[in-house]
Amino acid sequence: MIFFVSLLVVLMLLGAVAACIFRDLISAVIAAALVSLIASILFYFLQAPDVAMAEAAIGAALTTAIFIVAIRRTNRYEQ
Amino acid sequence: MRKTISIILLSIVAVGMSLSLAKVPFGQPKTKVGQRYIDKGVEETGAVNIVTSVVVSYRGFDTLGEVTVLFIAATGLGAVLKIGKREAAAIEPASFVLRTGCRVLFPLILVFGSYIFIHGHLTPGGGFQGGAIVASAFVLIYLGCRERRISETASTTLESLGGLVFVVAGLIGLAVGGYFLLNFVPKGQPYSLLSAGIIPVIYIAIGFKVGSELAGIIDNLIEEST
Repeated sequence: MIFFVSLLVVLMLLGAVAACIFRDLISAVIAAALVSLIASILFYFLQAPDVAMAEAAIGAALTTAIFIVAIRRTNRYEQ
Repeated sequence: MRKTISIILLSIVAVGMSLSLAKVPFGQPKTKVGQRYIDKGVEETGAVNIVTSVVVSYRGFDTLGEVTVLFIAATGLGAVLKIGKREAAAIEPASFVLRTGCRVLFPLILVFGSYIFIHGHLTPGGGFQGGAIVASAFVLIYLGCRERRISETASTTLESLGGLVFVVAGLIGLAVGGYFLLNFVPKGQPYSLLSAGIIPVIYIAIGFKVGSELAGIIDNLIEEST
């Protein structure tokens, strides 16, 4: 159990770093969505299913959609 | 140079936060009010889900404020984006597989979201979570079947109705018992769907309101971007 949670935390950190260094903004948004998704799994393990649900629906789904819509209006690649 | 400075600043913030958080005991009750909600929550509000009993009953007024904040945000976004609104150009349809997949998934996600907010007083979740899931179903439809649009009148009507039901339920409590948001309906048998008085009514109203608001925000943004 503790191994699995540590693995998730490491993955989450990798996702956060990747979101910062990707030049392709779509990939960066997907990496940020991964951070939200793993955060929601961790919330579930911490016995907060209500927060986990909100995090999965808003953090992983709606925020990603809004970011992607915004990127479609602007540049896909960071200068 | 800028990067080095920002990394140093971030490390200072990280060290400070971890030092201050290290002294907080993890998972221990720090106030006495939490234990009271756990002990008396089911008895006093009839809601088995303690989070719901706090969000809708004990702290119902805060939830009304939260819903108002979301409403103002959605209204402001609509006002800003509506200025430049124009007729959407002809959109190329998505591929057959994507369209069919979205059409199959859409009702399932909608039912799941409704289940979450209707059973808010029994199972984890509630109006906000259910509403967000319903809105994500609409996002799927927008991305997959791009020619479909929800009617703006329907979404704003549902949104206003949701807010109105919340406020009216609170005002009836004020008229009947002298407290805003008083739970004036009999609480019924805990663990059954029709229990907890006005909590399911309010959560269904919040579910519709949040769902239509978030779907409307996405609708505004997508319409603007095509």
